[in-house]
Amino acid sequence: MEEAVTPAQAAHAEHTVDSIVVRFAGDSGDGMQLTGANFTDDTALFGNDLSTFPDFPAEIRAPAGSTFGVSAFQIYFGSDDITTSGDAIDVLVAMNPAALVTNLGEVVPGGLIIVDTGAFNEKNLNKAKYDVSPLEDGSLDAYRVLEIDIQSQVIAAVEPYNLGHKNSLRCKNMWTLGLVLWLFGRDKQATVENLQKKFASKPDVAGANIAALNAGHAYGETAELPSGIEVYKVPRAKMTPGLYRDINGTTGLAWGLLAGGQLADIDLLFASYPITPASSLLHTLAARKEFDVTTFQAEDEIAAVCAAVGASFAGSLGITSSAGPGIALKMEAISLAVSAELPLVVINTQRGGPSTGLPTKTEQSDLLQAVYGRHGDTPLPVLAASTPADCFDVAIEAVRIATRYMTPVMLLSDGYIANASEPWMIPDMAGYAPFPVTFCTEQEGFSPSNRDPETLARVWAKPGTLGLEHRVGGIEKSYSTGNISYDPDNHQKMTDTRKAKVDGISRDIPEQQVALGNATGKLAVVGWGSTFGAIHQGVKRCRQEGLDVSHIHIRYLSPFPANLQALLCGFDKVLVPEMNTGQLVKILRSEFLIDAVPLNKVSGQPFKIREIINAVKAEMAGS
Amino acid sequence: MNQAVDKLTIDDFTSDQEVRWCPGCGDYAILKTIQKLMPELGKTRESQVFVSGIGCSSRFPYYMNTYGFHTIHGRAPSIATGVKLANPELDVWVITGDGDALSIGGNHTMHALRRNVDLTILLFNNEIYGLTKGQYSPTSKVGTRSPSTPEGSVDRPLSPCAIALGAGAPFVARSIDTEMKHLSAVITEAHTHQGASFVEILQNCPIYNDGIFEQVKDKKIAPDFRLEVEHGKPLLFGKDKNRGIRLNLEKLALEVVTLGEGAELADVLVHDQTNLAQAQLIAAMQSPDFPTAVGILYHKPVSAYVADLSDQRLKLREKRGAGDLGKLLRTGHTWQVK
Ligand code: SF4
Repeated sequence: MEEAVTPAQAAHAEHTVDSIVVRFAGDSGDGMQLTGANFTDDTALFGNDLSTFPDFPAEIRAPAGSTFGVSAFQIYFGSDDITTSGDAIDVLVAMNPAALVTNLGEVVPGGLIIVDTGAFNEKNLNKAKYDVSPLEDGSLDAYRVLEIDIQSQVIAAVEPYNLGHKNSLRCKNMWTLGLVLWLFGRDKQATVENLQKKFASKPDVAGANIAALNAGHAYGETAELPSGIEVYKVPRAKMTPGLYRDINGTTGLAWGLLAGGQLADIDLLFASYPITPASSLLHTLAARKEFDVTTFQAEDEIAAVCAAVGASFAGSLGITSSAGPGIALKMEAISLAVSAELPLVVINTQRGGPSTGLPTKTEQSDLLQAVYGRHGDTPLPVLAASTPADCFDVAIEAVRIATRYMTPVMLLSDGYIANASEPWMIPDMAGYAPFPVTFCTEQEGFSPSNRDPETLARVWAKPGTLGLEHRVGGIEKSYSTGNISYDPDNHQKMTDTRKAKVDGISRDIPEQQVALGNATGKLAVVGWGSTFGAIHQGVKRCRQEGLDVSHIHIRYLSPFPANLQALLCGFDKVLVPEMNTGQLVKILRSEFLIDAVPLNKVSGQPFKIREIINAVKAEMAGS
Repeated sequence: MNQAVDKLTIDDFTSDQEVRWCPGCGDYAILKTIQKLMPELGKTRESQVFVSGIGCSSRFPYYMNTYGFHTIHGRAPSIATGVKLANPELDVWVITGDGDALSIGGNHTMHALRRNVDLTILLFNNEIYGLTKGQYSPTSKVGTRSPSTPEGSVDRPLSPCAIALGAGAPFVARSIDTEMKHLSAVITEAHTHQGASFVEILQNCPIYNDGIFEQVKDKKIAPDFRLEVEHGKPLLFGKDKNRGIRLNLEKLALEVVTLGEGAELADVLVHDQTNLAQAQLIAAMQSPDFPTAVGILYHKPVSAYVADLSDQRLKLREKRGAGDLGKLLRTGHTWQVK
């Protein structure tokens, strides 16, 4: 047990840190996601940079108190730029024994753990497989533990609202939030407003939740807290002035697609089949039908991509979305779109594989599938989003390339980016150059095989256009007429043309930039996708220690930017961290004949910053 | 060239591509019938889209001088659904076969019908895989000898019309490749129908399954094996139209009766194309115990998917106004950094 100190000491002790990781963990029914979301709002308002990640249980309705029913929300915030949701937990809020046991391993030694002793009863301890309460056997001695009977505090605080025992207890999360807001010196006004809005039709519930919030806050101010529990000061971050909001990857993709559709001046058909973790994209767009998007929940993955291909044939832009196993099912139809030269956007929110694998966990193991995983010689462009906010721009870029080059585009996201969120400076759409599609209407000289001499894109003549009736299909077509052709030379020419068209996209994308560091040097850490945050921080800290290391992050994975090879050749060594067994590294080695070195992790968890730092140091030491 | 709809002829709907089916294939007759029918439908060429899967019948779109998409095996209903969703103004046809629609693409056929997408689905049923050289198909009769079933198939076939009815299709009909008049009439109705329409066309494959429909096609014997159903008319057949179909209420099953031999006209079931239970019984009739029913077996319009979706959207737009991206990006919690 900690030594007691006077309230005055506790109230005035302050501890300034650059950044901090807080994780709220509890039962699925404890409202941890709501708690986290509100804490995020208050933290953003305060002016910290931040990044968040929700960790939901895989089971929909896991039994209360069970370890597999723990729902958690992690936020990493600070005064510097924050690009990951954090390596290790500095402050853990554990609403029951299961939440403690499943998260304790990630708490830093000396970290603060807030527990609700009211939930540490025999039944819950048993469910978490504790023989003895960890609060009593000294197993938490390495941490600072704040034990509060939150349940009784809440019951007392909301008593005037007569909600009954069960409903009163549901305000537990707001009481806890109040305490944590106090701990970090945050204003609780945004949460109060959120609660008023959320429970507008139930003033009693709103009142009780606000009372609980206030009580938790007041508890921090006035209670006799043990020594070592001090108010944290996390100074404001320097952020570019502007209007900000929170954005997660799913929303970023959905809004990016809508924006892309407007910039291309084309209607969208989004066809999809439910699959974790990609379904939320379907939900987000289905709720936005005031825009020019039609959503279609198909009978299976194949039907979804086929409907999208049909829509593109008819003059909309077809979009389909899934995770790895679903993308595998779609491949034949994607190849049809390559053959028929129709635009299509295919979004893969990657998850742990193979097969059902780890549906709720993240991985980057579908890169080879995206680049090579089709029958025949079937090249198509592949893009990857690196952060939740980046999803918006990458989605626009996918729409641009698909419509400009009459080709399917594969867009890779993953389970981490889809759910993680970060502050986003709301862009001014006037800053985006439109790229309107042109449908052919000219009958003179029309052939479905006509191409743009510059992009090699086939002409797009949509059904309904007078005089342009034509047939397309999956059988090889004559280069000059578009009619069926089994001619050997023609197949060679068509295969070469399809490849040249996609290769040519490298002239129409930005040159590869260095995300951090110099354009030449000892070591380049080359990443793609959601590893951006961890690599960025890792490289940054190594550079602060004086190491000659740079970070290069590739958005255009196929074709690569034209200067990538030359850029990589300017470094003595190339290290490629990936959440797979080495896929980008394989492509880089085979394309550029460079001795790139892999750094792999396939645990379903994102890279930690320190894992990148360790790998960089090991590489530098070995050079 | 720009041409008034009422001036269009069969030539306007015939593409310049050489037709490549085997000599004597039933597909020729179907193609001719449809090319001839098109000008009578009173629609422009550019508004017609033929979507097909894979198989002999799926070459069909190449021969129509309209818009066409020859796609992948089994998926034509899904691709056609996408076409219709993208542009509801188009008339979208699906040309498919028994293997395409009922084996590899069974799921899509079922859902296009269930969903009631406004498509005209023509299934050329030759009870065999032609393009892959003669394997038995999901509609082949038990005992069909084929390269993949040298001792004869042992698994039982399914009935396309029964499947369509089971999937909830609001329009189900059956016709015959070489019966131009009957086929034209059925397809005209199918095309006019708003919503999913399904037409099974019995099609002869002279190469791999020759003569399987002879009983219903051979003018000499067909009257005894073919029952042409017509809404409101008694279900009579036979050269002298003296045989009929009666509902045995005790067994809840159909039976064949002969007029004057223990049955009279009043006993014969009258075709009601809006009666699903009756349609299911009639669709399932097969030789040797029953004649094969052809004509419109079932027709009961229900509201169609794409139209209903458009209605939903219109209502939503009335309420929310057209989407404003700038506003959308600012919905929810925002904050100003100075
Ligand atoms: S194989 Fe049979 S169905 Fe196919 S084209 Fe030849 S005759 Fe017609």
